[in-house]
Amino acid sequence: MARYSTNEFKAGLKIILDGDPYSIVENEFVKPGKGQAFNRVKIRNLKNNRVIERTFKSGESIEAADVVDIDMEFLYQDGELWHFMQPSTFEQYAAHQDAVGQAAQWIRAQDVCTVTLWNNEPLDVIPPNFVQLKVAETDPGLRGDTSGGGVKPATLETGAVVRVPLFINAGEILKVDTRTGSYVSRVKE
Amino acid sequence: MSGSPFDPVVTWKPTASYKRLRQRAEMLAAIRAFFSFRGVMEVETPGFSAFPATNPCLNPFRVRDIRNTGPVLYAHTSPEYAMKRLLAAGIGPVYQICHVWRAGECGRWHNPEFTMLEWYRPGYDEYRLMAEVEDLVRHVIHENIGPAEYISYQRAFMDYAGINPFTASVETLMKSLPEGGMPDLAERSEWLDLVFSIRVAPQLGKNGLAFLTRFPPQQAELARLSSDALYARRFELFFRGMELANGYYELTDSIQCQQRMQSDAMERRRRKLPELSVDTRLLAAMEHGLPVASGVALGIDRLAMVVTGTDHIREVLTFPGELA
Repeated sequence: MARYSTNEFKAGLKIILDGDPYSIVENEFVKPGKGQAFNRVKIRNLKNNRVIERTFKSGESIEAADVVDIDMEFLYQDGELWHFMQPSTFEQYAAHQDAVGQAAQWIRAQDVCTVTLWNNEPLDVIPPNFVQLKVAETDPGLRGDTSGGGVKPATLETGAVVRVPLFINAGEILKVDTRTGSYVSRVKE
Repeated sequence: MSGSPFDPVVTWKPTASYKRLRQRAEMLAAIRAFFSFRGVMEVETPGFSAFPATNPCLNPFRVRDIRNTGPVLYAHTSPEYAMKRLLAAGIGPVYQICHVWRAGECGRWHNPEFTMLEWYRPGYDEYRLMAEVEDLVRHVIHENIGPAEYISYQRAFMDYAGINPFTASVETLMKSLPEGGMPDLAERSEWLDLVFSIRVAPQLGKNGLAFLTRFPPQQAELARLSSDALYARRFELFFRGMELANGYYELTDSIQCQQRMQSDAMERRRRKLPELSVDTRLLAAMEHGLPVASGVALGIDRLAMVVTGTDHIREVLTFPGELA
């Protein structure tokens, strides 16, 4: 099993701690001039995204996490699992609902997502920053109705609900920023 | 094209701006003028030596020619031993500005290769030298700061961590740390260093300069002990939580010096670190007679950070470790 010495610590390095994979967010080296050195790190649990602080004695080594980010095409969802394919190798991976998480509401077949693999198992799925989705349902906008601040909810074909301007109608295609979940523009077909 | 020496993505530029390098050069000139005016002579000693410092917390680089035919040398972690040999030879007050190397030390305030200013003052005790250190810092920094504060190691722990560092048990030391996420340490001295780094050091010199004095005898290094042997006559200078300098009212007794180096050697064995031979040339010089003196080492890069108002050592280095 590969290990990293504290000397190699830097932001983005993936390690295993108490059985869970973590990514280093911040690494601070402290040392009294003539004394023992320590690495104080902030690390993010890649399973639940919680950030915790840990202090290591410098020179210790920590188990490396076999974590890689790969761009994969989303194929289909079979009711339980989400299936992805690595286009260069045609290798397929099945992700559980908790790995797909929020990405579920944005992606359609053939969208290219970033899939984080830990020990070859999908751990996290990040949707494309921008997706184009059809409006499945939205109330007809009433001109002059400012009670909603000039916006109304729209349900998209994937089930996501976004706030859209009043002029948007069902059947139109919208560009949406998945990082903020916000409407960007209408897309002309 | 990846990996080609002409690949545009290869990072080659310095991490310090021209302005910072200019300020650094002016600072070095001001330091040399300071010592010249005070009659302290500049000297140079070898960067590679057969005898590295014995402190088990230091990790010196081993240096050898690539054909493995010559002797094994060590890049010095400070010019201390060689400068003391000069003192024993009767050279008088001396200073040196040189590069030193400490493997594995890398961070906001650390680079494995850094610049040290070290100077020795025959006839001075540590308080007279601390006054001179303060004069030097004031000579190079443009900021207006109040008089330096003096605080003992014990007082600092009581004020900032609520514990007595001379008597606290390992349990008490552990309880003074933030809960959770702490390493498992074997030695009380390591717990003490951790409490120092997390609770005490960040509070030192919050408003300017602070001298930390009267270290525990276990941390005497090569400083002499007080006449009652209760504390070491060692000091460190802090500026806004950052250690700038470390000094001693020097130990002159060669037998005690040898004992301390032997206890370092025992500690190295206990930690399964490579064994190092004791610097017999330094011991011979001390046996001949080291004058009563105080000496101090100051981090030039950190002083440059203070002068330029930067908060990462990269901003005052041409090429930090990863770009060297």
